[in-house]
Amino acid sequence: MSGATTIENPNRRDFLFLATGAVGAVGVAAVAWPLIMQMNPDASTLAMSSIEVDLGAIPEAQIVTLKWRGGPVFVRHRTKKEIEEAQNVDLGELRDPQTDAQRVKKPEWLIVVGVCTHLGCVPLGHEGKYEGWFCPCHGSVWDTSGRIRQGPAPQNLAVPEYTFLSDTKVKIG
Amino acid sequence: MSGASTYVPKGAIGRWFEARLPLMGLVHSSFVAYPVPRNLNYMWTFGAILSFMLVAQIITGVVLAMHYIPSATQAFTSINSDIMRNVNYGWLIRYMHTNGASLFFLAAYIHMFRGFYYGSFKAPREMLWILGVIIYFLMMATAFMGYVLPWGSMSLAGATVITNLVSAIPLFGTGLAHWLWGGYAVGGPTLTRFYSLHYLLPFVIAAFVALHIWALHVTGQNNPDGVEVQTVDRDTVAFTPYATLKDVFALSIWLILYAWLIFYIPNYLLDADNSVQANPLVTPSHVVPEWYLLPFYAILRAIPNKLMGVIALFAAIVVLALVPWLDRSPVKSAKYRPTYRFFFWVFIVVCIVLGWIGSQMPTEGLTLIARICTVGYFGFFLVVMPVLSFVEKTKPIPASIADAVLAKKPAAVQA
Repeated sequence: MSGATTIENPNRRDFLFLATGAVGAVGVAAVAWPLIMQMNPDASTLAMSSIEVDLGAIPEAQIVTLKWRGGPVFVRHRTKKEIEEAQNVDLGELRDPQTDAQRVKKPEWLIVVGVCTHLGCVPLGHEGKYEGWFCPCHGSVWDTSGRIRQGPAPQNLAVPEYTFLSDTKVKIG
Repeated sequence: MSGASTYVPKGAIGRWFEARLPLMGLVHSSFVAYPVPRNLNYMWTFGAILSFMLVAQIITGVVLAMHYIPSATQAFTSINSDIMRNVNYGWLIRYMHTNGASLFFLAAYIHMFRGFYYGSFKAPREMLWILGVIIYFLMMATAFMGYVLPWGSMSLAGATVITNLVSAIPLFGTGLAHWLWGGYAVGGPTLTRFYSLHYLLPFVIAAFVALHIWALHVTGQNNPDGVEVQTVDRDTVAFTPYATLKDVFALSIWLILYAWLIFYIPNYLLDADNSVQANPLVTPSHVVPEWYLLPFYAILRAIPNKLMGVIALFAAIVVLALVPWLDRSPVKSAKYRPTYRFFFWVFIVVCIVLGWIGSQMPTEGLTLIARICTVGYFGFFLVVMPVLSFVEKTKPIPASIADAVLAKKPAAVQA
């Protein structure tokens, strides 16, 4: 052994120890990464992640439930009364304050993910105090804009990304 | 505890084997010569019953896996038509497995409450206790994933509600949920990974059971009087035949209960909604977990805030692991702790009431009772245990196990 091991004077063994440790750490990370990431949604799930909806087939006052990304999405053709109720709400009384205009692109069409923001049950339409939705699991209530009004759910029903391809055609996702 | 093996194989082959791998000596010292307190009651037979239930679940589970198809389109029919109707004795093995899970938990609860009553978690048995809590947690995870496999509508709803618990975590919650599901909702990929883990976890449980038994054999068993063994000759008897035969007798009674469930009311503990195939667009009108998880479900629902509810749910389990440090009373057994004994029974009532509320539709009145009971549940651990440790006036404990046993005999027999 030539010389003492000091920071000023590292020897070959110190170098090998650190270099091997660094390579080992990279190796462990390189193996762990795929083992963790394999759990994420796979290519076939991602490929099905948008749908097109023909709005012409949905009469006024009806809610249509469609399967999107493995779960339900509600497309609601709102009546004039429902639109007015949704617009004339004092934001101060909302748990997750959002205006109706922030939640729709065209007032007649409300598109929301049909999954309760509490623990994921599927709410029932035209039910509850505000005649929006009611969750049978733990009693959350939403209004005609899909905003949370009562019960344990912390947030409004989520609005998915969507675009109007034409007046009667919408692409969700 | 010193149970030094005096085992010497009789035959030449046995001696040759033993010199190279002392396996028979280990079995002999652990399950034959091993000294057990002579005052054990039938509450101490549940370790053997639980070991039996674990083996029964693994054997029936391995057989079911030969016929079950873990896919969202075929899982439901592979159980409800193939296993239940076509596979030879499939119905029997499936009912053994589903009812076996319930009896596994029933035995685990009796075993745990036995530990609470007699102070089995106290020094020097803290590791033994914590290993038990880990096993209990693994059992809950395994049972939950097993319940998802039939892919009935309650399977899907249960999987959705429980995996959504992680979505309560700020920032990462939603991403973590998608990672767990392998999709944007519980679906086929979720089912397949749950199947894989449901097959894996029982063997992890078995490994922890081995550690649990190892830790038990280091400290020796606690006993109804909660005083440690002082003289092996006076205070203990040999595991075989005394404990072995008692375990076999208790197990026989247990198996009568098991057989009654399987043959007379095989569907009693299953949910009717699970006879309908899972549909991601519809949730059953009343989502309930299996009976053994109901008290925790009631605690979750009792709390109006989502994140706090999830935290309370997990805290209700984690608090179990802290019990050795929450209860500082030097007296172990509730036999000599009248006030603790009273609160122990209150705690049992609280757990049963929580379980019942968990099975009901939530109403305002029930939610109020659930909140009171949730306070009671945590109060038992966080208030009653620490406070009683210092203020309780305990009864005098016997000088030794032998003294406790002999005190119960009439004077004539003692003489």
